[in-house]
Formats: sequence, C-alpha cells, structure tokens
Amino acid sequence: MNSPPLTLSRSNAGGPALRGAVASWPAVKVLGCAIALLVAALVALPLASLARFALAGDAALWPHLAAYVLPVAAVQTALLLVGVATITAIAGAGTAWLVTTFQFPGRDTMLWLLPLPLAIPTYIAAYVYVDILDPAGPLQTALRGLFGWRVGADYWFPPIRSLGGAIFVFGFVLYPYVYLAARAMFQTQGAIFADAARTLGARPWRLMRDITFPMARPALAVGIALALLETLNDIGASEYLGVQTLTLSIFTTWLNRGSLAGAAQIALVMLALVAGLIAIERYGRRRQSYQLSAQDGRIATRITLKGGIAWLATLACLTPVVLGFFIPAGFLLRETILRGLLTGFDPELLRHTATTVALAACATAVVLLLGLAAAIPPRLVRLPFVRACAAVASMGYAIPGTVLALGLLSPLVAIDEAINWLSELMTGSQVGLVLAGSSAALVVAYAVRFQSIAIGFVQAGLARVSTEFDDVARLLGAGPLTLVRSVHLPLLRPALWGAALLVFVDCLKELPMTLLLRPLNVETLSTYIYQFATRGSFEEGALAALLIVAAGILPLIRIVRLAETTPGGPSAR
Amino acid sequence: MFNSISVGVRIAAALAATTIAGAAFAQSGEVNVYTYRETKLIQPLFDAFSKDTGIKVNTISASSGLEQRIKSEGEHSPADVLLTVDIGRLEDAIRAGISQPIVSPVLDKLVAPQYRDPEGHWYAISMRARVIYASKERVKQTAITYDELADPKWKGKICIRSGQHIYNNALFAAYIAKHGEAKAEAWLRGLKANLAQNPSGGDRETARDVAAGKCDLGLGNTYYWALMINGGPAQKPWAEATRVILPTFEGGGTHVNVSGVVLARHAPNKANAMKLIEWLAGEQAQHMYADINYEYPMRAGVAVNLTIAGYGALKPDPLPLAKIADNKKKAADLVDKVGFDN
Repeated sequence: MNSPPLTLSRSNAGGPALRGAVASWPAVKVLGCAIALLVAALVALPLASLARFALAGDAALWPHLAAYVLPVAAVQTALLLVGVATITAIAGAGTAWLVTTFQFPGRDTMLWLLPLPLAIPTYIAAYVYVDILDPAGPLQTALRGLFGWRVGADYWFPPIRSLGGAIFVFGFVLYPYVYLAARAMFQTQGAIFADAARTLGARPWRLMRDITFPMARPALAVGIALALLETLNDIGASEYLGVQTLTLSIFTTWLNRGSLAGAAQIALVMLALVAGLIAIERYGRRRQSYQLSAQDGRIATRITLKGGIAWLATLACLTPVVLGFFIPAGFLLRETILRGLLTGFDPELLRHTATTVALAACATAVVLLLGLAAAIPPRLVRLPFVRACAAVASMGYAIPGTVLALGLLSPLVAIDEAINWLSELMTGSQVGLVLAGSSAALVVAYAVRFQSIAIGFVQAGLARVSTEFDDVARLLGAGPLTLVRSVHLPLLRPALWGAALLVFVDCLKELPMTLLLRPLNVETLSTYIYQFATRGSFEEGALAALLIVAAGILPLIRIVRLAETTPGGPSAR
Repeated sequence: MFNSISVGVRIAAALAATTIAGAAFAQSGEVNVYTYRETKLIQPLFDAFSKDTGIKVNTISASSGLEQRIKSEGEHSPADVLLTVDIGRLEDAIRAGISQPIVSPVLDKLVAPQYRDPEGHWYAISMRARVIYASKERVKQTAITYDELADPKWKGKICIRSGQHIYNNALFAAYIAKHGEAKAEAWLRGLKANLAQNPSGGDRETARDVAAGKCDLGLGNTYYWALMINGGPAQKPWAEATRVILPTFEGGGTHVNVSGVVLARHAPNKANAMKLIEWLAGEQAQHMYADINYEYPMRAGVAVNLTIAGYGALKPDPLPLAKIADNKKKAADLVDKVGFDN
C-alpha cells in the first residue's frame, strides 16, 4: 500500500477486511437494505404505474412502429446521441482537463464561466439559435443584403433546424454535465500519478490519455450519460428543430393515436435500452479500480502555459461558454431591453421567481439526502439486492418528464386517498388532495427525476475513495455512522456540491413535469415562459428566462467557490 | 444554500401554505379551471368574469395530460372546468370519462349543433382556421384548395411544421374523413414532395420562412398571422411579406378547429362552473376572444377582429368536428407511413 501502482489495478473492493466489517454490523445490513428499498420504491412506484398503463393495451402498435417509425427514429436518435456525446465529451472533459492541468490567461475566471450554460434551458437555446441563424434571422439577412443573394438560389447556409443543428444546440448547452463531473474527479486525482509520469518524461497529453482520463472514466460516464438522457428526454427542442426522435413517437402515440398504453410501452422499452447501455458501460470497467490511495493528498501543480499556446487554451475554454451561454443570454438580454420588459415589469414575476427558487431548493435538499441514502448502502452492505435498489433509484432520469408525471399521478393520489380515509376515520371529514394537488407533488416529482444525478455523482465519488479508508476507520473502532460522517462525506464534498448545483439548476429549468403537476394558480419561471413560447413569441418571456439564469448563477458562484476551495486531496482532512 | 436554517424554515412554511391551499380549493365563490389555453392569454377573460360575478377563478395551464390528471385525481379532483384547444382533446376528455353533460338552454341557442357534443359533454366557444400564408411577391393566385397543395407546380415551395402537430393532425384527419384514406395518402405524398425543407419549427417560423424566401406557401393558423402583424417591429415584416388565403376542401369549406369547454364530472363548484361556461359564450367574452386572441367567435352577431376580417369571409367546412377526432389515429399513422416528417 505504500506506493500506489501507476496502472489501473484490480479492485481490492470487498477484500477480507471489509467483509469482516460488514459481518460484524448486522444492524447495518438490515438498515442498509431498508433504506435502499425505500429510496428505490419512490422511483419504482411511478414505473409500476406506467407498466400498468402499458399492460392495459395490446401490442398492435408495434408492427406500425417497426415498419414506418423506428427505421428513421432509431437512426436519428442514435446520431443525435453520438453527436451530443462527442461535443459534450470534448467540450466538457477537455476544458476540465485544461483548467486542472494548466495555468493560462483567464484560467481562474474560466472556473466560473464554464458551468454557466447549465442555466440556459435547452429549448430556449434552440429558439434563440433558430432566431439568429434561420433564413429570416439577422445573420442570413445581412449576408443577403451584403452580396445580393437570394435564399435557396445563390448560397448554402447550414440549416439550424436539422439534426446537425440539434447536435450543436444540445451539445453546447449540456456539456457542463460532463465538465462538472470531470472537474470534480480531476481535482481529487492525487499528484502522485502526475508526478511519477512526469518524472518518467511523459508529456501532459500522454498523461491525459493514459492516466487522467482513464482514471476519471466513472465520472465521465456519469456526466455523458446525464447529458444524453437530458437529450433523449427532450421533446420541445427536437420537434422544433425537426429531428425525429424516439421520444417524439411516444407523444405522437399518446396524443394523436390516443394510446396511453402504447406510449407507456415505448417509454418502458426505451428505459430498458438505456438501462442496458449503462449496464454495458459498467460491465466494460468492472475489473478496474479507480481508487485513490489513502496516502496521496497533494494536488498536482499546474503547468504554466506561455505565449500562443496559452491563448489557445483560453480560446478553447471560451468557445463553449460563448456558444452555450453568452450568445443565448445576450440574445435574451437584448430582447428584454428591446421589448421594454424591464420598464413594463410584470410584478407577478417576483412571485414566480420565489416559487421557483423555493421549489428547487427544497427538491435539491431532498435529492441530495436520497442520493446519499441510495448510494452509500451498497458501499457498506455488499449485497446484489442493495446494488439493484440503487440502480432502480436512478432510473427516473431515463423517462421523459411528462410520461414520468403521468406515472406519478396514480401513486400520489393513492396516498391522498389513504390520508382521506384516515382523516374520515379520525375527524369525520375529508381533506381532499393533500399531496397530488400541492407543491409537495412537484418536490416528489423532481426527487424521482433528478435522484440519479445525486446517485451518479456520489457513486463516482465513492468509487475513488479507497476502501483502505473504510478498513482503517474500522480498525480504529469507528461505527458505520462515524465512517460515513467522518470519512465518506468529507471526501464526497466536491461530488456533492457538483450534484447540488446540477439538481438545483435542473429544477429551476424543469418544464414538462411542472406543467402537469403544479397546483392551481402556481407558476414557475419555466411555465411562465412556456405560455409565450407556445404562442410563437418566446421573446416575451426573455426576462423570465434571464431570471432563471440569475437564480442559477448565484448558487453556482457559491458552489464553485466551495468546490474549488475544498481541499482536493483526500487526506487533507 | 443549505447552511441557513431560517431560509429552510421559510421555504418549508411557504410550501406548507400551498399544500394547505391545495386542499382548500373546493370553496364557494371560486371555480377551478384546468386549461390548455395559456393562462396569460385567457386571464383577461377570467378577470372580467370575476369582476362581473365576484367568483374567483383558479387556474392551471398545461400542454398535455390534463384529462389524465383529472382522471387520476378521481372524485377528489378540484377541477370544475376543462378548456381545450382541439377537437381531438375534447373527445379524449369525454372518452376518459371525466365529463358530465352541460345542461344549458342558453348555450344550445348560441352554439350551432355542429360545434357541440350531441349529449352536451362539450361546447365550442371559439374557432380558428388552418390557412395559407402566401408570399405577396411570388404568389399571384388569391384562391387555393388544400388539394392543390399536392400539385407538382409547388415543388420545393411549401413550408409546414411537423405533420404530427395537433394542428396538422386535425387537418389531415379532416381530409381523411372527407376523401378517404387512399386519396389522403396520395395527397400527403404529393404535399410531402412539395416541401422546401423537412417539417420543423412552428407556424411563426413558417411565416418567417415565406418572408425570407425559403418557400412561397406556408400552412398556419389564422391567429398567428394576426399576432405577428399586430406585434412588435421584429415580427411585423414577416406578416407584411405574406398574405393570408383561406383555402377550401374540394366541394367544401375551410378547415376549422375549435377551443371548447368541458364540465368536470366531479366538479366541486358546479354552479359556478356553469356560470363561467355560459359567461364564456356571452357577448363580452366573445368580443374578447375575437379581439385579444384573434379567434372567430362562436356567438352569432359578434364581429370578428378587423385583421381577421381582412382574410375574407370564412366558410367553415361542414364536416362534423367529431369526424375529425375519429380520424386522428389514421392521420398520425399516414404521416408516419409517407415519411412526412423525415
């Protein structure tokens, strides 16, 4: 254990020391199982209610889908996902690697700027880019004015409303998922590998290829998976940009074919595919361990870049921020001013902002707790059942929001029925829909959907915490609570902050579930914007969109500061 | 964010307040409306209603799934009234079993039989038509049929949003109901062959594309064009570059769709709901539908907005709207079959 191996080692997880630890904690076993089961049930209930919808119908839909829909939708969806994975991986992991490895002009500012596109809802970015790049947009109009061209006849311009356009929009808005996951991992990668490799004469890019990236694979996988699921679940932007995705066929089947059963069937098949892909990725790295040594606490010093290369690094980091944030946000700002949305300020917006922030904050707290509750038991109790529970608990993200909301309705109302039955019994009167008709429904919905973010981040974080820590803590007489509180939680801090930020901002932006499940008279900023968007004038909602951005930036700044000043080295505490 | 207990307490209190409020929506002097119309758009009507009657209107607006929500909520559902924007949605609501008959001699007199359910489960309260935005510069003809859109002379000259969007779904379903599936398939193939680009965007983008010269004809709803021409300086030029033509089916009229109203089966405030429903068909509300939303009022004697009147006299196709709802699935399947959106 004195010198961690430079190459990836076989895992020592589940080694003798830990097995012994678990055996002597029978209460932990029971408790761990119970907690894991409870958290999984939260997601399993809506899934079960979707399964009930699916089983209520027959399979008549599938020959039609197989003949006319799937051949195109499967290819388009696959291309979209590959494209988005490529852009988010390069822009997200690449920039995270640059700011971690090098010192260059503006590097410290980049730490704040790089996550910013998170605050831009995808469909807003799609609207903005269509506005700018469409034939009637300012760019093409200017080109035509300048050269006397005519549309279609004299020049070719890449169409934004296309598969390529969708890849561009999704890629540059969603790359922060990968950036944050990668940054949290790179930050906790100790210096020892870097030092050893440098001593052996490895250049930075070699270090990146052979050590930094392979070691961050669990985190990269989580980040890319989140970005892809976000892409897969989108409905507004894909339809608007004219991409035929599998998700769109769910909605067509539900709304136009009048078959909720068919829609639920497609959604569940997609869920199975997604679960399969994630399982394959995990299987691919089953023999590898990504653990940090317990003794390597230093952070590798950054290499100072000079001259042209340094400015190239600045440019590389600035590009995704400009495309994913400054252009959309700038457009919104311009519309806000041009349309006099500030002078004619809608006072209702203040109330909507407060609602949005309160809901997001509440949901984030719940999600983090649930994420820990789902991800930590598998570490302490190494039973397949507990691992399966954590897997189920992270499935909410793989179901399109509206469909998930439909699945949530029945379980929520069932609980309300029980409450009414009890209340009738005790007080003789009924209380109505306590859960389904209130904001609590939204918090539950957000929790179900975004839990996987917290679980993913915590799991990726834990994968990098050596079981040596557990063993040592155990030898020193620490109980399971002490182990989690004094060892795991401090080491998980960067991952937790990253997850908190993502969940909070995701809740701020969330649209489909909020639309369907919110109580009477409650609007969030997203639903407020949506009213204008469906009317073909999303610019009227520009100020509300900026408020989402603002509400996202404040915690972002705080969390980036906390994450960046948290001692990166695992043994710093 | 989490280290301030007082913030947490305040948030919890706020949420508790909405929770309690959620349970207290079944009160006198209120009516609860689930609406597919955007709240912002319909709020002026509700404000006027509240001023008239003293009844407070609580709303929730969504784009899909409201009938499913009401169905799941069951007998505790606070929903009194469901407002929808598509005939298919109205029929969906009836099929979901969430409605009850609206018994109103007043409405029977105001709304023509074509625009209400024979059993009174829904009544239309406003109407829109699916029309052509034609380039003023490049299109000379002033009348057109829907059939003509498949004529090869328009090859590469037509723009349209997704064939699966409810506006187009209803139009295609109407075509099937009128001419049969085989003819509809040929028509859709012809229309697809004439498209300048893959279906995408919304009706507003369609107008933009015509204005920019990407295509000569676009399909859109009547009120989008009115919103643009009366809108800000950015969108006005798009409408100005185009002209609205009211197309017709061969041997028929223009395809119209309705926004309608449903009385929820377990409506806790039924009396107030009936007041609201009848009020929406009243003179003041119908004027507001015409002038704020740029829709065709259902009530005879209420004038359409001047912009809409400028399109010419609307001759709605006589096809019973229920037939459109019946053919929705066939239309969706055909759109897939001919690869309309691909």
